[in-house]
Amino acid sequence: MSQLTLTTPILATADQILVNFKQSLVGLLPEILQTPAAVMLSIIPIMICFATLFALATWLERKGLGRIQNRIGPNRVGLPFTKTRLYGLGQPIADGIKMLIKEDIVPRNADKFLHFMAPVALLIPAFLAFAVIPYGEGIVPIDLDAGLLFFFAIGASTELVIFCAGWASRNKYALLGAMRAIAQMISYELPLIISTFSVIMAVGSLSLVSIVNAQSGNFWDWHVFTPWGLAGFILFFIASLAEANRSPFDIPEGESEIIAGHLIEYSGFKYALFFMAEYLGMFAMNGLSIALFLGGYHAPFAFLEGWLPGPVWFLAKLLVLIALFIWIRGTMPRLRMDQLMNFAWKFMLPMSLVVVVAAGLWKFLANPVFGWPVCGGLILGVHLLLSRSLFDARGWQKRTYRFAD
Amino acid sequence: MDLTLFIIGVATVAAAIAAMSLRNLIHCVLALAVCFLGVAILFLRLGAEFVGFAQILVYIGAVAILIVFAILLTRSGGEEPKPFFNSQWWYGLAIAVAVFGCLSFAILGGKSIQPQSITGNSTTVKQIGTELMTTYVLPLEVMGILLTAAMLGAVVIAWQKGERK
Amino acid sequence: MNELQAYLLISAALFCVGLVGVLTRRNAILVLVGIELMLNAANLNFIAFWSFSPNAASIDGIMFVIFSIGIAAAEAAVGLALIIAIYRHYKSVNVDEVNSLKG
Repeated sequence: MSQLTLTTPILATADQILVNFKQSLVGLLPEILQTPAAVMLSIIPIMICFATLFALATWLERKGLGRIQNRIGPNRVGLPFTKTRLYGLGQPIADGIKMLIKEDIVPRNADKFLHFMAPVALLIPAFLAFAVIPYGEGIVPIDLDAGLLFFFAIGASTELVIFCAGWASRNKYALLGAMRAIAQMISYELPLIISTFSVIMAVGSLSLVSIVNAQSGNFWDWHVFTPWGLAGFILFFIASLAEANRSPFDIPEGESEIIAGHLIEYSGFKYALFFMAEYLGMFAMNGLSIALFLGGYHAPFAFLEGWLPGPVWFLAKLLVLIALFIWIRGTMPRLRMDQLMNFAWKFMLPMSLVVVVAAGLWKFLANPVFGWPVCGGLILGVHLLLSRSLFDARGWQKRTYRFAD
Repeated sequence: MDLTLFIIGVATVAAAIAAMSLRNLIHCVLALAVCFLGVAILFLRLGAEFVGFAQILVYIGAVAILIVFAILLTRSGGEEPKPFFNSQWWYGLAIAVAVFGCLSFAILGGKSIQPQSITGNSTTVKQIGTELMTTYVLPLEVMGILLTAAMLGAVVIAWQKGERK
Repeated sequence: MNELQAYLLISAALFCVGLVGVLTRRNAILVLVGIELMLNAANLNFIAFWSFSPNAASIDGIMFVIFSIGIAAAEAAVGLALIIAIYRHYKSVNVDEVNSLKG
């Protein structure tokens, strides 16, 4: 991993433009206000940026899904108070206003305190997860030594809140949806966490800043271009689809199944908060997979390193992953509950353990010439073994047709 | 002793009292989760980062959910039937007050411990990992066997055997 | 009262609240909740003493707590499995009613 030094002053300034801007702003204030101002200036831009990205992502999702399904998607709402259509970019504003002015219905039997607190209590971990992801060189809100563990701990605490939301509605279907949601989130949490063990082993630290620093250089230095990194990235991607309750794992909130699952009794602003928490969770997981596997804020080539600030590369990679999420949602059918659980426990968990073994072998065989065949062969071999034995057990059957009489 | 420590301590103990005295079981478990969070914040305040986050991950993310599932599977999810304390509840209360009196006498009275302030006693995860693999490797392996045995045992005990009439 | 004594008092209070729960509540699950509170109180004690100890190199307190958290999780799992099995047989989780071995 080459350590890059930015020699040209212009390049160094372009890269650190945000850090210098913040420090000059903080320097203008009196001494006693400097620490709270520095903290606020770290937190508030992140909250605003990701809330805006949430609005953009809802528009992107509806247009993207529409195009995949051979229709146009929203294209009427443009700039407010004008007649310009602008490809429907004003749709998030219209959606936001609709959510805010809807009547807030609380069922009579519901547990009022829990019903009120659940959306708020879900947003707190969703925003907290952004605190440890490095967005640029020196642009990380807090550099924890156990940053990755912090992220997973925050993710684990959302499960209890989802149960609380489903149970507080005193509705059989909400409770059923909540139980399914928790079962799914717990099952996929293990492959999620174990698939990051290979990265931790390769870097030797739980701190996300050092994991991103270990991937500096060109794009072939990123972790995704090693056999364990590629398999780990795919496993982490699938597990984060499941953790964010996105299709094909959206049994907890599938609209044709259980209407909104644990969110049935929520309307108006509370539903908007849940919606936002789900999208923010998706962004946080994608941000983490970028930091772990895709090189964080580094540019693909070393000579491009200083031309654009780090956050721009991070945003570009994040948009690619969001597009992948939307693409998969529009293309794949929903998994049934038992198929989902089997997939997690019988396929993804053994695969993630094999990826950890492969990462150990990669370190041991220091030369990639031996590393790629051995580790790649191990992962592919176990994958073939598991997939053939688990899912092909019924074999090929003659195609039969049943017609309604 | 600061104000923040006082507030966090009072909130944790209040959540624990709520966890033991509310009449709806699910409210008890949610109060217990708040208490776990309070204890995790106290761990972080004492400089034990890894243990604080592990506490949140294991206790709130796994044990609290396990207790919730058990409540739902044993149909205790509604309000408890009326006498929700024992018939001998005042014996229990008296014993607990006596134990608390003894402990606080030992803590506050007697020879006072002269502690250092919270030193740079913040260890890195690397140190914990090295210790786990060198000095504590035997407890680590035994823990692995214990967790496997507990998992298998729990599944076997709670398994529903055959058709139930 | 210095800071270490404050932490120890919080831990003692948590322990005694857990003790009250174990001794007085009738539902078996709440007895387990009390036990978890007592384990947490003991962990807090360990970390408080580790943090204020003069020997900076020893991390025995942290190691003990890591193993204690793991064991508590395993014990909660087995205990709850037992409670579920008892419920299936007696149709009740009241600790006063599960007494068929009483002489």
